[in-house]
Amino acid sequence: MKFFGLLSVIIVGFLLLSATKDFPNWGDEDSPANSGPVSSFYIEKTEEKTKVPNMVTAVLADYRGYDTMFETVVIFIAGIGIIAVLRTYGSNESIPKNQVGDEGAGLLARMTCSLILPFIQLFALYVVAHGHHSPGGGFQGGVMLGASYILLALAYGLARAKSCFSEKRTLVFAALGIFIYVGWGVLCLVMGSEFLNYSALDSILPGGVEMARSHSMLAVEIGVALTVTAIMFSMFSNLSTKGRLDKGL
Amino acid sequence: MDIIIASFLEDSIVPKFNYWIYVILMMIGLYAMITKNNLIKKLIGMAIFQTAIILLYVSVGVKADANIPIISHHGEKDHVEHAQNENLDSASEASSHHGSKKEHHVIDKNKFANPLPHVLMLTAIVVGVSTLGLALAISQKVHGSFGTLEEDEILDQLRPGGYD
Amino acid sequence: MIWQFDIIILIFLVVTAVIALRVKDLLGASMVFGIYSFLICLLWAEMGAVDVAFTEAAVGAGVSTVIMIATVFSTTRRSKD
Repeated sequence: MKFFGLLSVIIVGFLLLSATKDFPNWGDEDSPANSGPVSSFYIEKTEEKTKVPNMVTAVLADYRGYDTMFETVVIFIAGIGIIAVLRTYGSNESIPKNQVGDEGAGLLARMTCSLILPFIQLFALYVVAHGHHSPGGGFQGGVMLGASYILLALAYGLARAKSCFSEKRTLVFAALGIFIYVGWGVLCLVMGSEFLNYSALDSILPGGVEMARSHSMLAVEIGVALTVTAIMFSMFSNLSTKGRLDKGL
Repeated sequence: MDIIIASFLEDSIVPKFNYWIYVILMMIGLYAMITKNNLIKKLIGMAIFQTAIILLYVSVGVKADANIPIISHHGEKDHVEHAQNENLDSASEASSHHGSKKEHHVIDKNKFANPLPHVLMLTAIVVGVSTLGLALAISQKVHGSFGTLEEDEILDQLRPGGYD
Repeated sequence: MIWQFDIIILIFLVVTAVIALRVKDLLGASMVFGIYSFLICLLWAEMGAVDVAFTEAAVGAGVSTVIMIATVFSTTRRSKD
């Protein structure tokens, strides 16, 4: 098996290495990907049409809204899949010996966590809200918010984290995020335009067509952040307890 | 002599060196996925393979002297001067576009990295971690029913004459 | 971009990838994989893809290392290869 693995890796690697000489040079401005009309349009017109300086956020949430919507659905399905595979209800088996009790970490780690947790969560919300002007957005802020609950579970035990973010609330938040995203698209349909065409919302959002698109991006990013937060925490809590959700790491 | 070596580096090594490393990383991941015996090691190999592909994608959007794809308003004066110089060169165009010149300055597309690969790969990373979580959940389930994560021991137990 | 910096990070990437796959202790392999994710994050920040680098720092080095360690703790640390 090792021999055939090595052989196939060498053959495929040789083919790919010989293909690299047809690639455009590193940092080539005139390569097909960089000089094509699509990316040039994004770079030149994004700020004019949406008033969002961060092109990545604008393309993510507006121009390629369908893509992001279904990526969020993929994350949701993966989280549901983890629950379906691992979650066990009812009779608790004996807990393995290598898992410590539910008292969490030591005093020093607890005090440090209680000091920095509010700032982590505040920064995560800032990343979600300020993604239009700086690096960030729904995915990053959502992961950071989920990581703050993971930190709470590591320092104070899973029971403490579950009292803030119970399993039922996790699932409700995950579904609510997708509901906000899809509902925003349906709202565009109701206003008489295409699905996820935010410029139709300028009659109910302040600031004209460009600002309507900018504000709609914020709403959509909040939906993404809710789903990602909930799924990240649910993933950790299921994986660290083998689906019993009683004693954490 | 140093200049010759430096120019050789700049001309033939540097433009393609990144792609070679991506191929090497991809092959490390593929080799681990084929030959490693442990399921967690196979998953690490899969993640390395995935990052190699994402690296290739992001490096397609790199431009040699480009900035990050966020339009900064601090350097607005430079942009306006740049636009005015262009307009001085072609005076007829400047007169025709005089009205709209103040509203939006000219954005040079070679000054910003290509945002499209970044967008596609940003979502791919987050989807990658959720699929990695699903794979880890399945491997926990495998460990629960077979008591091991080694592939050959699982295959021994699955065989009809195996000890089970 | 600075190509000297680029080459140093790329060589470290290959080294950490090989180490993560050769270490017999799965906990150590997970930690080295976290280092690999951080190096990739540096590489992306250096390529100008700040959003991707931010995502990788939060996801790859944070959450995926944590869930991998959670799996290692609830299964086994031992690995034959």
